[in-house]
Amino acid sequence: MSATGTAATAAAAPVLDLKGIGKQFGAIRALHGVDLTIRPGEVVGLMGDNGAGKSTLVRIIAGNFPPSQGTIHFDGREVHFHRPMDSRSVGIEVVYQDLALANNLTAAANVFLGRELKRNFGPLVLLDHKGMEARALELFRELRSETRPHDLVKDMSGGQRQAVAIARTRLSNAKLVMMDEPTAAISVRQVEQVLSLIHRLKEQGIAVILISHRMPDIFAVCDRVVVMRRGEKKADKPVADTSPEEVTALITGAKEAA
Amino acid sequence: MSVPSETSPASPDVTFTNVGAARWWHRGVFASQTAYVTLALLALIVVMSFASPYFLTEGNLQNVAKNFSFIAIATLGITFVIITGGIDLSVGSLMCFAAMITSMVMTSLSTPGMPLSSLFVHLAADGKTVVANVPGLILIVSVLAGLVVSLIVGLINGVCVALLGLSPFVTTLGMLSIVRGLGYVISNGKGSFPGGPDADYFYALTQGDVYGVPAPFIYLILLALLMALVLHHTTFGRHVFAIGGNEKAAELTGVSVPRVKIEVYVVGALAAGLQGIIISGWLGSAPANMATSYELNVIAAAVIGGANLAGGIGGPLGAIVGCVLLEVIRNGLVLAQVNSYWQQTLVGVIIIAAVLVDRIRARLL
Repeated sequence: MSATGTAATAAAAPVLDLKGIGKQFGAIRALHGVDLTIRPGEVVGLMGDNGAGKSTLVRIIAGNFPPSQGTIHFDGREVHFHRPMDSRSVGIEVVYQDLALANNLTAAANVFLGRELKRNFGPLVLLDHKGMEARALELFRELRSETRPHDLVKDMSGGQRQAVAIARTRLSNAKLVMMDEPTAAISVRQVEQVLSLIHRLKEQGIAVILISHRMPDIFAVCDRVVVMRRGEKKADKPVADTSPEEVTALITGAKEAA
Repeated sequence: MSVPSETSPASPDVTFTNVGAARWWHRGVFASQTAYVTLALLALIVVMSFASPYFLTEGNLQNVAKNFSFIAIATLGITFVIITGGIDLSVGSLMCFAAMITSMVMTSLSTPGMPLSSLFVHLAADGKTVVANVPGLILIVSVLAGLVVSLIVGLINGVCVALLGLSPFVTTLGMLSIVRGLGYVISNGKGSFPGGPDADYFYALTQGDVYGVPAPFIYLILLALLMALVLHHTTFGRHVFAIGGNEKAAELTGVSVPRVKIEVYVVGALAAGLQGIIISGWLGSAPANMATSYELNVIAAAVIGGANLAGGIGGPLGAIVGCVLLEVIRNGLVLAQVNSYWQQTLVGVIIIAAVLVDRIRARLL
């Protein structure tokens, strides 16, 4: 399916287009000359050893800090992000490794955190609990997740928590979702759930960047795999044209480039 | 929270096969420390009513209601701070300072010859009696003065914690000392008395009652209802809980964490200031050592009532229940003619017991 997926989206204009992205922190060259193009509905696996530059790249796209060199085009326009809100406002959402959920709140409250629905009650502006729960339930159904909007996040499984974090990205009709190690600390069954959540996003034409160390996940769900090493992009090819062995060799440097 | 149902209309392809819904008694307020501390309180009241014929008399109940109202308003305020995972040790000092400012402003504005007093009072024909130009105006201005000072203290606390990144404990420990010291400075250690033509209104509003219900108790109930509304039905309240649950998450999702934090310290300080002003009406003065170490009673009441010092949990019901429990125990020991020195020891035991029982409950359920 990954091959056909790539073919179908190849014609579409890229949602994200990075050209020559570089980043220095003082004397440290964290990124150098990275080009990356992602089209709507494409799932791209981003792999590399610790310190390869994955997180720096993701944080540049997320607007945590600007690149030292290079340009970012999003949806055909050049963009300059200075704060995370800048990237969010154009349609980039990040699912953080620790998911950024408040355990003491319900699933619905977490989905809408910072973007609460409100209604006027006379002169008062109060939370629209019903509206938020209904919308959250819709989103969970869309993601086919067994998650109840009014349950507390602290009582939830890892897969359900992922669903809550991903549902949050669906609120804003994001065009690109970046997921940082979503399957790192959850059970096998929950990994399946998360991968199917990624399929749901793809079906809706959302581009996904998946950062993972887990080779099976990358090959199960991604159209392309991008390998980073020492701040440079070493490979960028359809998963159909590569193998876990080749990717491993690229990550470790046993194979220089592909 | 709305009542969830087992038959919530999930789409046909979503089944809640292995994900059971929590039963109602495992959820919400029923599963909280507040719930069983309330039960313990009710049990204690029943025991007390059998143990002492005086406990349920109108006079004693009024007494209890008044006494716990004296720390309960400040407890409501500090509960906001505690829910965000913060702490405010300056509330005791601030109670005293706000009360002092209020009574000093009131006295000063009511004394002919003092600055600005000509705007508020004039002498009657006999040349001695001081008459207010607008009855009640001095009261309003002086109470506002006390609250404005509280607001400023709360702002400083909040800015130090939220913008400068100082620890809440250290910041408010410093503020405890600063504010208490300022109280001694401005009063020269003597304290102050509310005086002037509006003092009678002041006493009526602080130690009066309505059909036998003490005025502070009425303020408490109104403020508690307001707090419940704010915590559970406004964006601000939602963000207060979110910051206590996971500050990083709140920040990443776009919650303005510094602003909310500053606001909770201001709310806590305003509540403490109002509390102090009310206490001074009841005492008839604001001595410089007033409300010393009350911050510990206030924090103890909040914690017994179920507010979690780690953040994320708390509410007005718990704050009030904690205060009532402390006062009923104090009152009970007095009625039982137990040496009152035992009171403090018992309060300590209850603080630990309440938290311990919650921990055990969390393990068992």
